[in-house]
Amino acid sequence: MPRPSVAPAGDRAIVVSFGEEISEELNDAVLALDGRLQSERIEGVLETQPTYRSLLVRYDPDRASFRSLARRLRRLADGGAPAGAGPARVVEIPVAYGGPYGEDLPDVVRHAGLSEEEVVARHCSRDYRIYMLGFLPGFAYLGGMDEALATPRLPTPRKAIPAGSVGIGGAQTGIYPQRSPGGWRLIGRTPLRPYDPDRDPPFLYGAGDRIRFRPVSEAEFLDLEARIEAGEA
Amino acid sequence: MGFLVRSPGLLASVQGSGRPGFLRSGIAEGGALDLKSLAIANLLAGNAPGEAGLEMTLAGAELEFTLGNVVAIAGADMEPRLNGEAAPMYRSFAVQPGDVLAFGPARSGCRAYLAFAGGLELPLVMGSKSTNLNCGIGGYRGRGLKAGDFLRFAAPLAPLRIAVRRVEGRRIAPAEGFGSPVAVLRVIPGPQAESFTEAGLEAFYGGEYAVTARSDRMGSVLEGPAVGAKGPTDIVSDGIPLGGVQVPSGGQPIAMLADRQTTGGYAKIAVVIDADLGTLAQRRPGDRVAFSRVSLGVAQRASRREAAALAALARRLGS
Repeated sequence: MPRPSVAPAGDRAIVVSFGEEISEELNDAVLALDGRLQSERIEGVLETQPTYRSLLVRYDPDRASFRSLARRLRRLADGGAPAGAGPARVVEIPVAYGGPYGEDLPDVVRHAGLSEEEVVARHCSRDYRIYMLGFLPGFAYLGGMDEALATPRLPTPRKAIPAGSVGIGGAQTGIYPQRSPGGWRLIGRTPLRPYDPDRDPPFLYGAGDRIRFRPVSEAEFLDLEARIEAGEA
Repeated sequence: MGFLVRSPGLLASVQGSGRPGFLRSGIAEGGALDLKSLAIANLLAGNAPGEAGLEMTLAGAELEFTLGNVVAIAGADMEPRLNGEAAPMYRSFAVQPGDVLAFGPARSGCRAYLAFAGGLELPLVMGSKSTNLNCGIGGYRGRGLKAGDFLRFAAPLAPLRIAVRRVEGRRIAPAEGFGSPVAVLRVIPGPQAESFTEAGLEAFYGGEYAVTARSDRMGSVLEGPAVGAKGPTDIVSDGIPLGGVQVPSGGQPIAMLADRQTTGGYAKIAVVIDADLGTLAQRRPGDRVAFSRVSLGVAQRASRREAAALAALARRLGS
């Protein structure tokens, strides 16, 4: 891997960029540096933001100079692959597929030329890497969907999509963390709340975690939803 | 008890020092866009500089107090009137139950800040009272104020006359006018500055850009000489720092503000320095800005000077 670039992003942030593509290798390097920064607790570092291919480091220039921090970041980034990093955390997401929960599942079925069971099975068959969170609070950019499931976005986006909706937009799949407009084909819904500002912590997952979808029946969906509503789950 | 919103004006929302710490989860720091003006209003009202007050945009609110308190106004001049008489800016004053404080359209500047002694009684959402309008969290029910809303004071000074006297009548010299024809914003070259052509960079640093009406708390959408790029300006999504100036394929820059999306796929030509974000936030549609490259040292010294001036003000006011 080429050496990362370390550059100012204004006078209160530094960006460490590892490249310009979406790849697991680059994202691993970003997350490894992020992990090291978290554990080293460097004076003056306020916050870090991992993305596909870069780490944004917000700092207080009164407590750390750009030069010393940039040097430190370069050294930490040269540490290479995430040695000793444990296996990624897997977050299981129960999903009711199809029917009223995933109105556009028939579109994906038609487009893929597979049966509905096969589409659901393939969507649940693998763990998805969370490359980063962004766009909406708690919105996870997932990688690695089965290419056979890729389906173009809706020609006209919906004005409001319920929180927890699981969709496919082009080659990507994802979960809408809050009610919002959107153009992805909806294939199911989770009763979990990926983002709840009144919960501590507000977010169920972060960059580097893996998402595993688990199909559930409508009965199980409603039961889980009721328990979450009551604060029991 | 506190105040009733008779009219919110164009956009009034509760804003304080923001909600830092959630960039990694997709929420920008938010908070007052002109933190310096908010801080001045707060210090005059005897509060900590980042206490949550009201941020009013372009045309101000009309409020009716149901409880006495001390308040202070800073930022854009919206010709505030208390019961029809001119109310001071940059000076704290007392309000009584039944008083009506009304703001008009901004004569200069874009955003006015109203601070209440003791702050507002509102829940902390993810550690902050600041309203994030896109996420629908914080402030008053996660949204801008509407007519009929009722906000409570957390610890008003009204019952304590001695405290009122201590805070009432504090004043400082008003900020320099926000009405200059062109505001020069100092910037640090951005992470993708090399994506732009020589001519594009010349256009950006040599031209003037008007703030358009499409601007909001997420970003200032600018219009001026197109900034040419060497190729497509779409990049693999990257973090957007506060003040980041991104250039979509049309070549018209957008300066990203406190409520921006945290990630984005447009090349960033520059980043507005921290000390000039308030100046940018006070530009209104039609106002012009220009960009001037400075070193990190200059930028950070400017921030330190601002912080020192606020600290000196706080000492002088004894808060």
